[in-house]
Amino acid sequence: MQETTADVVGSGEQARKRLPYGRASGARRRLGRRLLPLAWVGPAAGLIVFAVIWPVYEMFHTSFQNISPIGIVLGSNGTKNYSTLFHEPAFGSVVIRTIIWTVVVVTVTMAIALPLAQLFNQRFPGRRVARWALIAPWAASVMMTAIVFRWMLDPNNGVINVLLHQLGILKNFDSTTSDWLGRPDAAMVWMMAVAVFVSLPFSTYTLLAGLQAIPQDVYEAARVDGASRLRTYRSITLPLLRRAALIATLINLMNVFNSFPIIWEMTGGGPGYETSTTTVFMYILKQSDIGEAGAMSVVNFAIVIVIVLAFLRTSRWKSEVN
Amino acid sequence: MAAVTVSTRTPVASRATRRMPPLRSAAVAVAAYVIAVIFLLPYLEMVITALRPQRELLDRDYLPSHFAWSNFATLWSTGLGRNIETSLEIAGGATFLVLLVAIPAAYYSARRKFRGRGLFLVLVLVTQMFQPTALVVGIYRQFNDLNLINTVWSLILVNAGFNLAFAIWILNAYFSSIPKELEEAALVDGTTRFGAMLRVVVPIAWPGVVTALIFTFIAAWNEFIVALTLTTSNATAPLTVALNGYIGEYQVDWQHLLGGSVVATIPVIILFAFIEGKVVGGLTAGSVK
Repeated sequence: MQETTADVVGSGEQARKRLPYGRASGARRRLGRRLLPLAWVGPAAGLIVFAVIWPVYEMFHTSFQNISPIGIVLGSNGTKNYSTLFHEPAFGSVVIRTIIWTVVVVTVTMAIALPLAQLFNQRFPGRRVARWALIAPWAASVMMTAIVFRWMLDPNNGVINVLLHQLGILKNFDSTTSDWLGRPDAAMVWMMAVAVFVSLPFSTYTLLAGLQAIPQDVYEAARVDGASRLRTYRSITLPLLRRAALIATLINLMNVFNSFPIIWEMTGGGPGYETSTTTVFMYILKQSDIGEAGAMSVVNFAIVIVIVLAFLRTSRWKSEVN
Repeated sequence: MAAVTVSTRTPVASRATRRMPPLRSAAVAVAAYVIAVIFLLPYLEMVITALRPQRELLDRDYLPSHFAWSNFATLWSTGLGRNIETSLEIAGGATFLVLLVAIPAAYYSARRKFRGRGLFLVLVLVTQMFQPTALVVGIYRQFNDLNLINTVWSLILVNAGFNLAFAIWILNAYFSSIPKELEEAALVDGTTRFGAMLRVVVPIAWPGVVTALIFTFIAAWNEFIVALTLTTSNATAPLTVALNGYIGEYQVDWQHLLGGSVVATIPVIILFAFIEGKVVGGLTAGSVK
């Protein structure tokens, strides 16, 4: 055995060519070659299994367990957690609200991100600085952004109310009108606005990347052919931007559906459960009944998968992306 | 994959707008500036509130009479320093762990076809779709069983695990774009493959490494729901959870809350500017593969 470390580590195809399988040390070498990738990707795979896959298992497991409020496992609970969950009076409205929340936030985000990307794709002095400003909500913690918005909407002295008062839209401070987050409907609208606000930078940047990937000669050809501005936009820009738009939409769907800090910090899901989405509802349940919260997570998980699959299907993802 | 990376100075983009008349260019610039300012306003309000003198906290105006810089000294005396330290440990630890396991994995899967490569890449792709929020009940039960509640280790591991996919994708893209010949020369000279990776490939792919580093650090620094779930005492809480503690049932300590938010937010916004544009490629790459 004269292998140096370089031989072992650097084996792969070269080593395979040099050493036919029948040799005496063949079995050992083959085993070594099999296990070699494990040394390189094993730790990463291990971390993923530990931190991501294990919780998935625990989540399913928990959803069938009977766990006391202080966390003691009392045994199996069959499907009782699920039936308790489905009989929660708030359950149906929470699910419907979550779907509305996701669809509205993602649609509005994409509708604003498109013109925004086009604007920031133009050349103008100071474009770099302006683009940097655009990333602020992306870099900042969503939780802290939500807190500032809650502060700006303070019924007594929030700057948004101060502005609305000056504009004559708001009559009195400390009133029901100025307490935006105290009224479920108004609270939902404001929280959706915050969700759009924090989703815009990523979406705009993805579309911007898509715009820059469009080869310039396509436009030149269109110009030579005498295509109008609008025509060029509709027949070239939009179709070629489709892929970037699909990716941005897909990632937004998952992020917005699972969005937690915005609602948690601004209304806590209340009054009652009237501004809760499934993730917030799950978190509230977790404080009293972990088993039922587990069931909620599993349902939550299933809804995400359904939404994503539905999106992939309607957008004919495969033909588009491949 | 590299095609999705935004660069602010692509020749393609500049050619597109070469013929723009000055008036239109000015209009575009003004519109862009206005939007840029709108995106900054909430953070500006964060800073202004943090600097308001205590007496003027509830005033109905936009700016206080003067800025009370001493607020940050008072903030410090509440013991927030300890939470900042915890946040730094978690974010630093998670970043280190991510780079430690992502660099070899990304390198090897970029260079070699091995049995299980497809499975590994699918595993990475699937985790990119998973959110800690969705799994928080499972995460809680897991670390409860492991007796790791209230430790930095639990948060280091979770943050590393959930940010690993991004790091692997972006590093994989950078490593794949480097010609094999460069490290083959080193291999012929007797360097081990691991040594070649460290001494030849990683330095060339440095921008990718920095992007993965900054992105992981910021994500772990900002992480909220898992930290909220896995920490029960304020002393061991990272900054996000400690600040959440300023929100009481009936009263909110706005001044300290927003002061702490400034400390937590402004540095990462500046840090993020360094990797602006490079992140999109890594985040979206997985969904195209």
